[in-house]
Amino acid sequence: MTRISSVVFIFVIWAASAGAAVAIERFPPPDFTDHELPTTQVVPPRADAWQIADAWFLVTGLGLAGYFALVRRSRAGLLTLTVASLVWLGFFREGCVCPIGAIQNVARGLADPTYPVPYGVIAFFTLPLVAAIFFGRAFCAAVCPLGAVQELVVLRPVRVPRWLEHALGLIPYIYLGAGVALAATGTVFVICRYDPFVGFFRFGAPVGMLVFGGLVLVLGMFVGRPYCRYLCPYGAILGVLAKLARWRVRITPDECIQCRLCEDACPYGAIEPPTVAPRAATRPVARRRLVYALVALPVLVAAGGWLGRQLDVPLARLDFTVRLAQRIRAEEQGLIAPVTDPDAQVETEETRAVDAFRSSGRTDGDLYAEADMQVARLGTAGMLLGAWTGLVIGAKLVHLSIRRRRTDYTAEPSRCVACGRCYRYCPREQVRLGLLQEEGFATAAAPGDIQGDRRP
Amino acid sequence: MPDDSPNVNRRRFVGDGLRAVGAAGLLGAAGAWAGRRGQATDMRWQIDPDKCVACGQCATHCVLDKSAVVCKHAFVMCGYCDLCTGYFEPQPLALDSGAENQLCPTGAIVRRFVEDPYFEYTIDEQLCIGCGKCVKGCNAFGNGSLYLQVDHARCVNCNECAIARDCPSEAFCRVRADEPYLRKDRNLGQ
Repeated sequence: MTRISSVVFIFVIWAASAGAAVAIERFPPPDFTDHELPTTQVVPPRADAWQIADAWFLVTGLGLAGYFALVRRSRAGLLTLTVASLVWLGFFREGCVCPIGAIQNVARGLADPTYPVPYGVIAFFTLPLVAAIFFGRAFCAAVCPLGAVQELVVLRPVRVPRWLEHALGLIPYIYLGAGVALAATGTVFVICRYDPFVGFFRFGAPVGMLVFGGLVLVLGMFVGRPYCRYLCPYGAILGVLAKLARWRVRITPDECIQCRLCEDACPYGAIEPPTVAPRAATRPVARRRLVYALVALPVLVAAGGWLGRQLDVPLARLDFTVRLAQRIRAEEQGLIAPVTDPDAQVETEETRAVDAFRSSGRTDGDLYAEADMQVARLGTAGMLLGAWTGLVIGAKLVHLSIRRRRTDYTAEPSRCVACGRCYRYCPREQVRLGLLQEEGFATAAAPGDIQGDRRP
Repeated sequence: MPDDSPNVNRRRFVGDGLRAVGAAGLLGAAGAWAGRRGQATDMRWQIDPDKCVACGQCATHCVLDKSAVVCKHAFVMCGYCDLCTGYFEPQPLALDSGAENQLCPTGAIVRRFVEDPYFEYTIDEQLCIGCGKCVKGCNAFGNGSLYLQVDHARCVNCNECAIARDCPSEAFCRVRADEPYLRKDRNLGQ
């Protein structure tokens, strides 16, 4: 039993000096006469071929989504593709990597030359953007697994008031800026951290993540696609590019008869009514408003930049190195009791980090220098983020002050996710499909009948 | 009805040209960047065993119910001790496989007699939860042949790894998928 008591002694020493794993050969490995050493078994990860399969799925999916949405005008086709994407990219591939998260890998890769970015990630980031230039948000329509989940739970969508829609619609742009800023500085991948559905795809996640996802889904029953519309940063980029789209969702296959039937069809508030010609008296007011908005734009950018510059300290709290440096500095200055006896105090993540740092052999000076550099970097990132936020708000004000002329009910391309719901609501589509008779319908929808009383 | 007037046609032509240029630019930029800095293999998370302090957070911080981190054993480094500090509690009642003597909370380490006085320890990875208790014990008093690794059969490769985010020693790093393990005996010429 003497050996056992010596172990007790050793463990006392060990408890006082928990440290990094440094292999020391305290007991020379024996030379066995007739015993063969086992080999350490390791399982290789999924083959890289899956990356190629994913890219093919993405390309095919984008093509099919565009075809179903714009050529076949088939909601059934889009729904089938939606389910397929949900199964493949969602449940089978477990939600990683997606273009939404790839924003951060790309931002990080551009900011830090040593950060490796696989081809698959670059493809996932780029291809939906290229598709958006030609046929709008085809990716959102039926390829994105996050969109697919929400697409399938829409139960009884309410119409979000326009002012609220415009206000909440700013969040994705700001979130995009924040995601890029935090990823580029190597602080945190915030977009992935608050991914609502990845926990469902994997049948398991921290409780907070599942609750957030559940809330988004419940909300999604009554407000169509809340994540896509009010959070998704990739949707923000796609929305801007979709404004340039060559082929767009046209609600009616030929001509709009102003019947208003499609107006309630869109659960995502993407259908805009025809504009009313303004009275001559309001024109100078509108013009003045535009001038104000244009003047406000640079002011907002400057103010945002200044405010963002003040964000370096709060932003730095998100950074591991900075937090650790603060803790060490506080210990050195005697503000907090140093971690000397692991048994005497409750272990927290902070004390573990301090322990790990102490045993890593790095000097305090190195850590402080690295932390200071990171704070400086986050200061710049915060300033850019603030300026970006100012730009987003300013651009929105300008955008709202410009009057557009629309003669028909149209699906606003930046918000339309090409789900294809509105097609069947259009009587002209019904005629095209042979579900309605042309003549009988034509008399019922004579211009005077419908337009006269209802339009403002 | 589509408008076929020359003005509209011209505008459409210019628009198509710009779109083609935009698409080519996007793809070109992505391709050039991929060519210079991208790489064909995917990236995986892995633990650098030289940085790991076996704090135990791996067992609880993974998004999976059962953590993707498991203990690996570098057999060439092992001392095959009878009194293995990675296997036994600090004050074992006896040097046998009684549950009250074992450090491992799930009994995932199999102790097997080889020849006097040596015992071989193997990890039953199905039972291992990656808590690192044995790793800590082995590092403290043994040769440090036990170490934690991300098991790629379990890991779902989150873009933002929840363990990496909270790892106190920043031991988590991304490695190429064609060399996905950082074996502790990798420098021993095995």
